[in-house]
Amino acid sequence: MNGSRAATLTTTWRLAAFRTEGLPIFPIAILTVLAVLAIFADVIAPHDPQVGLLGERFRPPAWQQGGSTAHLLGTDHVGRDVLSRLIFGARVSMVVGFTAVIFAGVVGTVLGILAGYLGGWVDQVIMRITDAWLALPALTFAIFLAAIVGPSEMNIVIILGAVYWTRYARVVRGEVLSLKERDYVRLAIVAGCSKRTIMRRHILPNVVNSAIVLATLMLGVVIVTEAALSFLGVGVPPPKPAWGLMLADGKKGLMAGYWWLTVLPGVCIMLMVLSANLLGDWLRVKLDPQLRQL
Amino acid sequence: MATLLDVRGLSTHYVSARGTRVTRAVEDVSFALDDGETLGIVGESGSGKSTLALSLLRLLPPGARTVAGTVRFDGEDLMRKSEAEMRHIRGKRIAMILQDPMASLNPLFTVGDQVAEPLRVHEGQSRRGAWERARGLLGAVRISAPDMRVRNYPHELSGGMRQRIVGAIAISCGPRLLIADEPTTSLDVTIQAQYLALLRDLQRAQRLAMIFITHNLGIVARMCDAVAVMYAGRIVESGPVRQIFNAPKHPYTRALIESIPRLGEANGRLTAIEGQPPDPAALPEGCAFHPRCPARLEKCATERPRDSIVGAGHRTACWLHG
Repeated sequence: MNGSRAATLTTTWRLAAFRTEGLPIFPIAILTVLAVLAIFADVIAPHDPQVGLLGERFRPPAWQQGGSTAHLLGTDHVGRDVLSRLIFGARVSMVVGFTAVIFAGVVGTVLGILAGYLGGWVDQVIMRITDAWLALPALTFAIFLAAIVGPSEMNIVIILGAVYWTRYARVVRGEVLSLKERDYVRLAIVAGCSKRTIMRRHILPNVVNSAIVLATLMLGVVIVTEAALSFLGVGVPPPKPAWGLMLADGKKGLMAGYWWLTVLPGVCIMLMVLSANLLGDWLRVKLDPQLRQL
Repeated sequence: MATLLDVRGLSTHYVSARGTRVTRAVEDVSFALDDGETLGIVGESGSGKSTLALSLLRLLPPGARTVAGTVRFDGEDLMRKSEAEMRHIRGKRIAMILQDPMASLNPLFTVGDQVAEPLRVHEGQSRRGAWERARGLLGAVRISAPDMRVRNYPHELSGGMRQRIVGAIAISCGPRLLIADEPTTSLDVTIQAQYLALLRDLQRAQRLAMIFITHNLGIVARMCDAVAVMYAGRIVESGPVRQIFNAPKHPYTRALIESIPRLGEANGRLTAIEGQPPDPAALPEGCAFHPRCPARLEKCATERPRDSIVGAGHRTACWLHG
């Protein structure tokens, strides 16, 4: 009995360790594979993602009847290779996702630090804008902006950054409010450091952790929003292979039984967002200094 | 000796957001400090000691304002300095040590970086040069193996060591005046004794003047040349340490000294001061101490006592001596 209890304990302990201490293997593996695909898309993809043969259209995946090994995951309505488009789509999602998250993060963190540390009217102005921003539904707001500036990858990044910086500003400001009461910040003031020096040397390094955690969690949100914008036709312009765009194109064939055109990009989006979220959750625990010291 | 710091009639008030409640945290405080001298400021919590220290550096929290008085430091009027000029004085010519050594160091930087920071801010030294000086400073505050310790992070050091590092930061730019706001309250007794000895040595070596804010009279007796006793925002008695301890004139000072436990005294009960310190937003008329004073006179409740000289450099504000 004693032995079995010990065994149960080890198992529970292992599960806990897997969640908090060991590396989260699943999300890291998925993201690594997607990153490799994105970087080496030109080498890996078997076909040109933007050129199709009309004679080859609506080929099912290789394992279904009528499929061929030339197009492992089938072809779409203009005969383009779905696998190649998914691989190049990873590149679009990764590039847009990361740059937008970084862009929003930098803007939000800087404004959050200014609002939190300087207080007064600076704080009032920045936080009232943030409140107004958060009151708008993110997707509708993004569509609105996209409709104004027109579709391109660069514009998508700017739009996503403009929509999501407020999340960082909020979190960072809250953190700064507590940081600036710490004794080491007061010691720096007493030692004659200027406000700029204090914000740069004592505040910023202490909020970077939270900003990174938030960035990882935001990665999923941003990728979904990018896909949604592309799906709605205001995101990445066709014929560029974006997953959201593939979903949009594929939905016409869904009733006709061409399931691979929607399910496959959908699964890709889901895997990427899920991985980003799992990684973010893990990082949050890992980078929290209180929990880290245990 | 030359007068280094001369404070005259300093008053600092906290005003509530609507301006309806005025708390007189520091009221009409005057004292002077010579080069190399140590002044102890004692008083209960809330007597205005810390607000006084922050007023000197012009680092008051929002809502607090110095409404009257002059602070002359080294011949210059600090109240007339611009914020940028004050920044050059803070940390370079007047340094301050805060209460809690655990919280005074930034957890993300090495000790070397933090000791080097004032040198880089005030003297524009290169990172490498400042680190070199930081090693020397750690040696000066008697930290063993400074070459190794500069690369440590605060959490790798003990409380006593951290407090000594805070001391090293304070003396890094060779200040003339060091303000220590209860620097030993969070240390245990043996470490406290070591730290006080260290501060004394640093003071002698650098000819530092020191303002020692504390509620521990034992520390004052060991460390200070002069004492100022604060009650409800005012200095009620000030003078050389010996005179204050041997012949306290103000009933409050006497009561404070009587409430120190003494070794070897037979009848064990300590005398406590009756009552509570007054609410600084609603001070009693006359002498603020009169409701608790065992020797009060009739006019104590109506007229505020003036400062009167009761000995060489010894003054008190009490009608018993007025």
